[in-house]
Amino acid sequence: MRRLLFLAPVVVFVAVLIGFFAGLGRDPTLLPSTMIDKPVPAFSLPPVRPEAQGFATTDLGGEPALVNFYASWCAACRIEHPFLMRLRSQGVTLHGVDWKDEREAGFKWLADRGDPYVRVGHDGSGRTGIDMGVSAVPETFVVDKRGRVRYRHVGAITAEVWEQKLGPMMEKLRAEL
Amino acid sequence: MKRLLLIAVAAASLAGPAGAVNPDEQMADPAMEARAHKLSRDLRCVVCQNQSIDDSDAALARDLRIILRERIAAGDTDEQAVAFLVARYGSFVQLQPPMRFDTLALWFGPLAVLLAGGIGAAIYIRGRAPARSATLSAEEEAEVAELLNSDKAG
Repeated sequence: MRRLLFLAPVVVFVAVLIGFFAGLGRDPTLLPSTMIDKPVPAFSLPPVRPEAQGFATTDLGGEPALVNFYASWCAACRIEHPFLMRLRSQGVTLHGVDWKDEREAGFKWLADRGDPYVRVGHDGSGRTGIDMGVSAVPETFVVDKRGRVRYRHVGAITAEVWEQKLGPMMEKLRAEL
Repeated sequence: MKRLLLIAVAAASLAGPAGAVNPDEQMADPAMEARAHKLSRDLRCVVCQNQSIDDSDAALARDLRIILRERIAAGDTDEQAVAFLVARYGSFVQLQPPMRFDTLALWFGPLAVLLAGGIGAAIYIRGRAPARSATLSAEEEAEVAELLNSDKAG
């Protein structure tokens, strides 16, 4: 028994090693959202598209939707954009917020690349994004039928992210009352 | 020339580490500005993570500095102003983590490791073979006595 006690530090060391090794693979920039299961904070943003409607909290709810924060200066948004177009063609309810950007640049982005959004709001000051805990674009929130945030995805939406996480989640939310 | 250099060095040494706070962000009231400055040194920039928003040049850090000052100008206490940001970005923004159930490991983890190590070391040291007894056996005593006596006799 006493002999076994000598093994204890080795066991602890191996446990710590496994813990650290698992930690290596984690992305430290991914922070937990404080918004989960909370209603989307009230906002009412002016339109990005001239003579179109803006985007407000009241546009959410009823059916599950994605709220995608983008900006014309954002490199990862370029990578994400073609996939957003695909989601739109599949009939996914996708709204956009042009975050900390010039409205004209945000509109030019949509005019040049295609417009995947149902509603697009211009958040030039970035305050709406800050209210939702946005730290960088692209960021996408999954909003349920009752207008509550259910999930926050940081970074570009790829086919993999959609198939493994966001797609099934939207499916589940559609089935909710 | 030398004197000029000395003056330059002396002047440079007077300069404190400057934050990233721009003059246009600062509050008119020096007392409020001092409060905002103090708070912002303890708030983490969520973009660059190991800098405070006071140090960071990130655009979002600037927004958060301005929001902090707006809250203070609106009459928030220090706690309320910090809580405003914590509500949005989580406790992660506090460079001094608050003591809560989920931060207990953070606060007391090192102490627990030290205690565990100390207890382990104590058990190990106590468990080692006891030091050879310092008292002599009867035979050895007799031998010693004989030697001493022979010395006297000699």
